[in-house]
Parts: sequence; structure tokens; C-alpha cells
Amino acid sequence: MATELGPTPVKSPASGGTPVHHAPKGVGEDNRIASQGRWASWLLAPTIIALATVIVYPIISAIVMSFQKDAGLDPATGLFTAGGSAGIQNYVNWLAQQCSAPDGGTVACPPGTLGGQFWSATATTFFFTIVTVAFETVLGFWMAMIMAREFRGRSLVRAAVLVPWAIPTAVTAKLWFFIFAFEGIANKLFNTTILWTGSEWPAKWAVVIADVWKTTPFMALLILAGLQMIPAEVYEAAKVDGTTAWQRFRLITLPLVKPALMVAILFRTLDALRMFDLPYILTGGANNTTTLSILVINQIRQGFNSAAALSTITFIIIFLVAFIFVRFLGANVVEQSGATGKGKK
Amino acid sequence: MKTPRFLLPAATAGILALTLSACGGGGGGTTGGGGGSDADANMDARGPITFVQGKDNNNVIRPLIEKWNAAHKDEQVTFKEQTDQADQQHDDLVQHFQAKQSDYDVADVDVVWTAEFAAKGWLQPLKDKMAIDTSAMLPATVQSATYKGTLYAAPRTSDGGILFYRKDLVPNPPKTWDEMMGMCSIAKQNNIGCYAGQFSKYEGLTVNASEAINSAGGSVLNKDGKPNLNTAEAKAGLENLAKAYADGNIPKEAITYKEEDSRQAFQSGKLLFLRNWPYVYSLMSTEGSSAVKDKFGMAALPGKSGPGASSLGGHNTAVSVYSKHKATALDFVKFLTSEESEKFYATQGSLAPVLGALYTDQELVAKLPYLPVLKTSIENAVPRPVTPFYPAVTKAIQDNAYSAIKGEKTVETALSDMQKSIESAGAGS
Repeated sequence: MATELGPTPVKSPASGGTPVHHAPKGVGEDNRIASQGRWASWLLAPTIIALATVIVYPIISAIVMSFQKDAGLDPATGLFTAGGSAGIQNYVNWLAQQCSAPDGGTVACPPGTLGGQFWSATATTFFFTIVTVAFETVLGFWMAMIMAREFRGRSLVRAAVLVPWAIPTAVTAKLWFFIFAFEGIANKLFNTTILWTGSEWPAKWAVVIADVWKTTPFMALLILAGLQMIPAEVYEAAKVDGTTAWQRFRLITLPLVKPALMVAILFRTLDALRMFDLPYILTGGANNTTTLSILVINQIRQGFNSAAALSTITFIIIFLVAFIFVRFLGANVVEQSGATGKGKK
Repeated sequence: MKTPRFLLPAATAGILALTLSACGGGGGGTTGGGGGSDADANMDARGPITFVQGKDNNNVIRPLIEKWNAAHKDEQVTFKEQTDQADQQHDDLVQHFQAKQSDYDVADVDVVWTAEFAAKGWLQPLKDKMAIDTSAMLPATVQSATYKGTLYAAPRTSDGGILFYRKDLVPNPPKTWDEMMGMCSIAKQNNIGCYAGQFSKYEGLTVNASEAINSAGGSVLNKDGKPNLNTAEAKAGLENLAKAYADGNIPKEAITYKEEDSRQAFQSGKLLFLRNWPYVYSLMSTEGSSAVKDKFGMAALPGKSGPGASSLGGHNTAVSVYSKHKATALDFVKFLTSEESEKFYATQGSLAPVLGALYTDQELVAKLPYLPVLKTSIENAVPRPVTPFYPAVTKAIQDNAYSAIKGEKTVETALSDMQKSIESAGAGS
């Protein structure tokens, strides 16, 4: 994650390194700065080329594919033939939930097709994102406040809190799958007979619970980093002024921790929007727990090009959410990278 | 150094979205059809080849390859082992075939992928010079490897569903579905569930729903590969499951069952009847926790008036059209499907053979007592829909059968939605 932040601070002296800012200096110094800039861009070139190969190229190739038709079957030979150009048909099909009809046109996707699940998958994805991030923020904040205090065994607690986050998601999902089985621990413990993975809302909450359990520590650590940036003197001064604990929290802690908090929320939101492995293993996407990423993966098996269109749509959705965060909600990941960037890694 | 205020957030958002969603993209290339010229090439060529299959769980394939390699100095076989996840095996094969790589000469192909790979032009048709003898193989297994009248793979191992029943409570197993439902009163008296299969929404539900439809005389696809679900037979079949679930003859929790959950329920004595694969036999008869050790029997699946139509499991072995040494590849396929090798799969790996004669082999029956029942099952079996659009077809069946069993929609609506979804998949794009 830190790699893309690298270029920005370095670039500015390269482009804006004009002699105007530096009052007294000789000719030789100017040259050194100019050549430093060129030197820097040479040094950056390998990174930029590597990023272009591993990020830009696949994205562009996916976008190109998304304008191609999927292979169709030649009725005479029974063999697949390349589909040719599709224009924006793949996108239209997803957004309008249209599927191919036997007569060559399109019909509304019947239940039991992937195409008919686009909007419900979008809604599910946003449901999971909003609910899990909300829970994780509140619980993470609470955990961070506890961890920020001085007490015996604090480092032990901090390490222990990280355990759920350190377990691979696939393993977590399998563990929760056993917990939520009909004969599993959840039903035994509460003496219930809920079909956790067999009906819509229990299945959704099962995913939310598992995700909150797993990713709250991540949130807590990011917030903790933010909390520790706040100087103790500010609190002391406020105490002297006779503030209550609630006032200190609202007027000091919250505003000062906000930059770190917003970055943490931004990262979790983007992460949750592409949620895949947890619901895929826990519920298999049944009972309205299919997220956009699950839909993409399932579509890949039925046709690459439509899957490329769907993953481009997913990308645009995530882009818009990220844009809103950065532009309007002030999640600042680039400027003041000293303050917030550090806590991120 | 005046970047417009608007650009910085946009760029940041873009980079974040890119890095985070990049993993979702991928999968590449366009699907080429045909492969006619590839199929004709290298048919007489001999030399080293590679055999690809999923994880060799019971150490079955390695000894066989060693045996082959000892006898064929110039035609050595290298074993490429994939993961134990079917989806990953599928995607791995797709990637290699799509790139027309010649490094996968002989591949192990799940019965449900055979048509897809054949239609993509990746599998060598096993005809003329490349023909193999299938006369001794069970017809359903050959059918699962046949696409548009041409054999594309050699059946290697098979599998079929079996009805496990509590012989301490039911002296004679039911022969028909109605007879079995009639026996559910016995389950009620003993305060246990009556019948369960695998009804969670996954591949197992396709297996169970197809069995219900086929056993009632219906079929998912007709002979031309077109969906054929708006029939009275299909309706009767799916209704059997829906009705049993509504009645409680199929316990409510069975909607979450996969193979293992249903085995555990039967094994702990909570079920009277269980539909499952033969692999559960040894677990239920040997595991210490088993409450039904000497109390269960095995029978063919119940049908409409006689044995029901099981879905078919198992694996086929295919030769890649891109192989450089097809003569060796064909010989190796014949070696893998020889009677001796087939017997070895059964004794070493408990894998059901495709050769009918082996099901009455004394030595094998002593080791795997379910073989005679399994033979009936496979003789009456219907392969899952043989179609290049299998992923879409199985999804159509799962989604709609799931809703019908849970009673979220009527059986008619479910079947008509299933029909429409499969039509749409077959219409291509």
C-alpha cells in the first residue's frame, strides 16, 4: 500500500525545484538540483514500470475484454466460436439485468442466472460494507481506547487482539462455518435451532459477525496509532480547565484522531466492498449473501468477457466510493502523510 | 506546483480502487474455437508426456506411474499434481489449454467438465486412430465422456448415489419413493428424522435435484441438449423433495447439509434414510463415534416404480489436442483404464471402477461390500447434464431447486425459471 505514496513527495521538488525558493545560491547549486531531479526520475522509473505492468496493464486488458462478446456455441459443430465485438452490450446486460434469449435478442434475466443477481449483489455488498464498517469502527475505537491506557500486560493485550486478524480469512470462514452449522457451537451455546446458513437474515448476520470478529483488530490498531499522536498535555490542560470525560472525548480525542480514523474507515470500506472469501466459504453466496466479487468469480467460469465488464463496473463503484471519501469526507491519505500515512501500514 | 484541487482526491481514489480491486480482474484471453488442425497433429508421435490430476489422496496414481515408467524408458510420464479443490483444478486446466500449451498431455477431467472442454476444442476426439475400447465399461460412464456423439475422454473412475437405511428399524429397504415416505412413520415413532440428502445450495443440490427429476422419469436436458423441464415428470420429481421438506419428512436442517453434515446426522442416529456416496460406508462402519456401526444397510436409490436414477460422479481421462506425443498419451490412457489399474483404484483408493465385470469380483466385494449395490446404482444412473454450459446449468438448477424445496416458490415456477435460465445460457451471447 505504501508504494504508491512514495512518488508524490519526491516529485514535488523535481517539478517545482526552481531556484526562486532558494535565496542565496551559486550557479553550481542550481545544476545540482536540476540533475538531482533527473536522477530521481531515473530512480523512480523501475517502480513506475513495475506498477504499470502489474496494475495498469491488467486493468486495461480487462476493459478491452469487456467490450468483446463471450464465445458462443456453433450449433452445427458443437464447438465454441469467438464472439466478436459486443460494444457496450455487456455493460447494458449487467445494469439492466438482461440475459440472452434463444431468439437472439435479450430478455429479463430469469431467477437462476448470474445476470439476474446484479442489483441484489450490489445491495448485499453495500449492506455488508455499511454494517460491518459501522460495527468495526465503534468496537475498534473502544478497543483502541483500552489499549491506549497504561496497564500491566498492555503489550500482551495488543498482541492478543491481533490474533483474529492474523488468521487467513479462508481459515476464519471455515471456523465460523463449523460454528454456524446446525449442530454447531452457536446453536448449542444458545440452545437454539436456527438454520444459520439456511435462511436470509441469519446468513447475513453470520457473515457480519464473522467479519467484525476478524477485522475489528485492524481498525483498533489504526485508531490506536492515531490516539497515541495526541499529546498528553492537551488532556492535562483540559482537565485543569475542568472538563468532563465526555467533553474531553468529544472536543479533544475525536477531532485529533479524525485524520487517522478517516483513513482507517476508508481502507476498511474499500476492503469490505470487495468482500469475497468470507461469504463464499461460509454461505456459498446462498440466501442473498452473494457479493459483487462472488458474482465476478462465478461469471468468470461462464464467460470471461462479461466477467471483465462486471469487474470494471465493480471497479467504478469502488472508485466512486473512494472518491467521495477523499474529496468530501476528508480522508486524507496523501497530504500530511507524516501524520496519517505512518499509521496506515 | 498548483495541482487542481479536484485532481488530487480523484487520483488518490483511483490508485486505492485500482490496488484494491485489481485482484478481482484477471482471467484472460479469448476463447478460440475449432482446434481441427491441432486434433490431427502428432498422432503417431512418441516421447515423454505429463499427466495432470488433482491431489493424489490415497497414493494411487504414483505407484501406477512408477510401474509405467519402469516399462517405458523412452516414454516417461511426469506427474503434475494439482490442489485438492475441484474449482482450482478446473481453472488450472483452462489456463493451460487456453494458452495452447503442450505441457499437459494427459489430464484428469471431472465428468461435468468434459463437454465444456470438448466444445472448446481442447480434447482429442478418441476416434479412428485414437479410438479406445469402451465395450466393457458401464454405459452411463461412457455417456458422461461423450459430447455430440463423439467420445472425448476415457472413463476412469465412477461413483453413484446409494440409499443408506437403518436395518434395525426397517427390515426391508424401500424400492420406491412412495414406499420410503410411507416408512417415515417409523422415524416419527423413534423420534428421528426420516430422509436426507444434500440440499445446501452447492453442486450437491444439483446432484440431488437431478436424481429426483430423473427418478420420476423426467430429464433436465433432452437428447439435443435443450432444457426439458416443463414436464409432468420433472414436476413430480421436484415435488417429491418439496413435499417431503414441507411435511418434515426431510428435517428442516437438511437445507444446510452437504455430504459430511448429512453423514454425521445419519451416523449419530438422527436419520432413518440417507442418500450419499459410497465413501461414507467405511467411515460409518469404523469410526468410534458411530452410533450405527452394525445397524445400517445399503440399497439402490428409490425411484418411481423401481430403482431410482442416480447422478453420476467420477473422473474421465483425456488427451490434450496440443500434446506433442499423442501415441504415447493414448497408450498411457489405455494403461490407466486397464482392468489391472481399475482394480488398483478400488483396492488402494476405494474408487469405483468403470468396468462392469469388476463389481462382482470376489476380492473386491470382500473389501468394498457396497459394490453390488453401487453397480445397480450406476447401471441406472444418468450423468449430470452433459453440456458445455455446465456452470450456468448447475446454477440454474441449484438456485431454483433450493427455492422450491424451501417453499419460497411453487415447483412449477421453479421449473419454468430453471428452463428459462438454461435456455438463456445455451443462447450464448
